[in-house]
Amino acid sequence: MALKGNLAVFTTTQLLNLINLSKKTGVLTLYEGHKTGKKLTLGDGLTQIDEVAPGKEIAHLNFQQGMLVFADMNGKDGHLASVLQRAGKLNEEQARTIREKAATLNDKGLALRLINANYVTKNDIVRSIQKHAVSIVFDLMTWNKEPFEFKENIAPPDSHILVPIDLKNVIIEGTRVITEQKHLEEEIENLDFALKFPENPGEKFKNVQLGTNEWRVVGFINGKNTIRQIGKACNMTDTEIRRIVYGLLQAGLVQMIRPQSAEQPKRGTDLKRQQPANTRIERDVIQRLIVKIKNT
Amino acid sequence: MQTVKMVITGPFSSGKTEFIKSISEIEVVSTESPIAKDSAEALEKANTTVAMDFGRITVDDDLVLYLFGTPGQRRFDFMWEILAEGMLGFVVMVDSSKPETFREARSILETFRAYAPTPYVVAANKQDHPDAWKPEDLRIALRIEDENVKLLSCVAKDKESVKEVLLELLYSILEEMDAPK
Repeated sequence: MALKGNLAVFTTTQLLNLINLSKKTGVLTLYEGHKTGKKLTLGDGLTQIDEVAPGKEIAHLNFQQGMLVFADMNGKDGHLASVLQRAGKLNEEQARTIREKAATLNDKGLALRLINANYVTKNDIVRSIQKHAVSIVFDLMTWNKEPFEFKENIAPPDSHILVPIDLKNVIIEGTRVITEQKHLEEEIENLDFALKFPENPGEKFKNVQLGTNEWRVVGFINGKNTIRQIGKACNMTDTEIRRIVYGLLQAGLVQMIRPQSAEQPKRGTDLKRQQPANTRIERDVIQRLIVKIKNT
Repeated sequence: MQTVKMVITGPFSSGKTEFIKSISEIEVVSTESPIAKDSAEALEKANTTVAMDFGRITVDDDLVLYLFGTPGQRRFDFMWEILAEGMLGFVVMVDSSKPETFREARSILETFRAYAPTPYVVAANKQDHPDAWKPEDLRIALRIEDENVKLLSCVAKDKESVKEVLLELLYSILEEMDAPK
């Protein structure tokens, strides 16, 4: 069973969050989207978007246990020499020569040669590949219509150098550049929800690099303060606080909860919190229903 | 005669009517309206529920369970609160093969939780579809962080599957009754 969808309705950030939280191993492929001419109806039964079918493959990302380990994308030369050149570890001439002379070597073989020849260190290679992979993810975060497919339990080719990257930091960093207010409003509709930390927050926050603004927000999280109150305390606009909370949510670092004082959602009119119906229902009624449905 | 009710809700075309049809002992009273042929929704299905679906399960002479299905289109959401009044619990249906409806499913879930703090389950419908997302992936996609909330695999046209979902909801209701106040 593959995870299929379209970035128009399930964003790169949401996908990375899913892969990260469920610690998936597999390959995510993104395709050029070709309009089919049909429309896709969203869950409200009213909004329609163009239906797109997958065309040419344009990017692959490999994951192991929820960590990004390899990424390549059309138009972003993934040859190790080019990656090192873009990271400033090789000059243009060196990179060109290496590409010509080591055309038959795979990345691992080439890396060994370069380290042995004292061109670069192992650390240079790891950091350069990391930078390359993260830059691909950031590009993906700006895409908004491409079809995708995630196939589980597919290992990356042996020839690739795998550099594990914790997605939490990538997600938080990536959401800092989200400027689309509408998307943020859809994701965090109600600012009167409170925030709480998930179980084992120490474990979740391990190795996470938060910026000053994120830390300020985190400092106010206690399960009672609403997002609106936190934004006010941090002197942030609604969009700013939404963007930060969205990043923390997608990275799995916080959870939204409904405080007692929360406003009711927009839908419906004159909503009154009702007494739970089942407080008036006898236990016996439920047991009779269970027996009936079992025997239906 | 005591009557109790459950509400079956979820986004447009998530399988609510099918779910009720599979278990109801009466022909489901549907307020379906044909979808305009030139509209995009017509590609999904021919009819859509405009007010509610109504099914019934008679337990005995003294007890009847009513199943109410909500209209899927947002323009009829004024019906939701009316249908939710006094419900024993609710089922949120999600079409597991349509990520384009997940956001709406999340929004509907939050809305119904606000109507009444009754137990609920989420039915990951159309699990027989080749593109269906697994229930554990749906849990993350729908941001259902509370592991006590049951997210159940479902095929609404299969009566046994529907029974399983309703039973799990009833077990959740029992658990809540037994929980210390």
